[in-house]
Amino acid sequence: MVIHPKIRVKNLTVSFDGKASLKNVSLDIEPHIILSVIGPANSGKTTFLRTLNRLNDDERAMKVSGEVLLDGKDIYKDHDPVSLRRKVGIIFALPVPLPMTVFENVVYGPRRQGIRDKKILGATVERFLRDAYLWDEVKDRLDEPAMTLSGGQQQRLCIARTLAVNPEVLLFDEPCSALDPISTAKIEEALSKLKRHYTIILVTNNTKQAARVGDKTAFFLMGELVELNETGKIFTSPEDRRTDDYLSGRFG
Amino acid sequence: MPSGRKLKEIFFETAIRASGVASIFIVGLIFFFLFKEGIMLFQTQKLSGFLFGKNWYPISEPGEFGILPLISGTILVTLGAAVLSVPLGIAAAIYIAEVAPPQSKEILKSGVELLAAIPSVVLGFIGIVTVVPWIKNTFHAPTGLTAFAGAVVLAFMAMPTIVSIAEDALYSVPKTYKEGAYALGATQWQTIWRVVLPAASSGIVAAVMLGIGRVVGETMAVMMVTGNSPSMPRGIFYPVRTLTATIAAEMGETVRGSDHYFSLFAIGIVLFVITFAVNMTADLVVHRKRK
Repeated sequence: MVIHPKIRVKNLTVSFDGKASLKNVSLDIEPHIILSVIGPANSGKTTFLRTLNRLNDDERAMKVSGEVLLDGKDIYKDHDPVSLRRKVGIIFALPVPLPMTVFENVVYGPRRQGIRDKKILGATVERFLRDAYLWDEVKDRLDEPAMTLSGGQQQRLCIARTLAVNPEVLLFDEPCSALDPISTAKIEEALSKLKRHYTIILVTNNTKQAARVGDKTAFFLMGELVELNETGKIFTSPEDRRTDDYLSGRFG
Repeated sequence: MPSGRKLKEIFFETAIRASGVASIFIVGLIFFFLFKEGIMLFQTQKLSGFLFGKNWYPISEPGEFGILPLISGTILVTLGAAVLSVPLGIAAAIYIAEVAPPQSKEILKSGVELLAAIPSVVLGFIGIVTVVPWIKNTFHAPTGLTAFAGAVVLAFMAMPTIVSIAEDALYSVPKTYKEGAYALGATQWQTIWRVVLPAASSGIVAAVMLGIGRVVGETMAVMMVTGNSPSMPRGIFYPVRTLTATIAAEMGETVRGSDHYFSLFAIGIVLFVITFAVNMTADLVVHRKRK
């Protein structure tokens, strides 16, 4: 049986002010897996992630060539940014709760899509806060400003908020870089459950995290995709010398 | 024996502290003088008669010093200017900060700053030759010199303050908020309305208050176009006179030490109280939002 890739990237080159951040990247991502993306600073992994939901569009002097297909449809030709971002959600390194209550943060997306019914909104909040492993900690604090939550809670709130938009793909941009080990563990637990319903791409600076949660791992270096393979293979017997050097700490 | 470096530290600290104290001291002196002269009026006049009296006949014998018409004039002109300039100013700020392409953004910003550079007497002059005849013809008023003319001219004076401060407030909303909203599939307008504006609200309130503060204190332009009639205003299309215009128009012809002279200082106190209240409100709103 042939599995159609959820995302297919063909010869993608992205440059800012004439400087290429991504060079000729091609890869396929199957549905319902976690793809970890690792690589040193300036390797283009964040640019790659932000291109997938066109968050780079507003940057000055950005140029894109090549194709990104989501379910076979070109994200630059067949999608507008707003509808694309509803299908491809992103969670940033630093949690960015919007300046409103916990409840309002979760229902921000649904409200923008025109849902007004209090009951539906309430059910949405509970369901997605549960999915993000946050419900038990905040169920009595839904009317408090989201800023009063701890860093780890804020990050899980951001996950719940993104889930509430009903995306198909979740992009994580170093979601645990500002978190303590326990919060990190909770988010990793959430990730492993979430992949049943979503396709997840996780950019991380923590190679151990990539090894723990990723089904597949991609290694980027200087804007190029060096290697993409099963996580076990990448970490035990990488094909490329540079992958081995990076993972064993000889550079980067 | 302190070292050279330490002496330098002490010197700068003293100098900076002296400048700080000096500005407060000068402000204190101004208040003291204002209150000392203004309070003299109440040796012969009642406070209630001054604040709520409907007749301002300072040079008749005996004089009447009711400033209610002047307060009403100021409120009418200020409210009119606020109604015109606040929505326009905030909308312009949103356009400049969030929507305009980079080149037109620069042009618009310098344009607004240029508006702030026009001396108020010139604005008043333009008001007399354009706004006043326009009001007379369009609304068939007996004269164009009305509260409405003052409101229009003052709206132009408040606009630059409101636009530039509100634009700063909008611009300083962290980019991450906008990205957060975009990432949730919000459109540009939804992002501005639900995220950027609320996040910048304290700065926008400050912008509005500073704009209004400028309108309350403005004298020259408003004196030129409002008709200077110190009687109870019957509406926005009738001549009025503001507190500021009264002081400016009459200070030159009073006898020093007369009730008329003291009453103008008392008007100064009232003006001070009004602007102080406006600033305090702005402060309170800004602080409550920050918490």
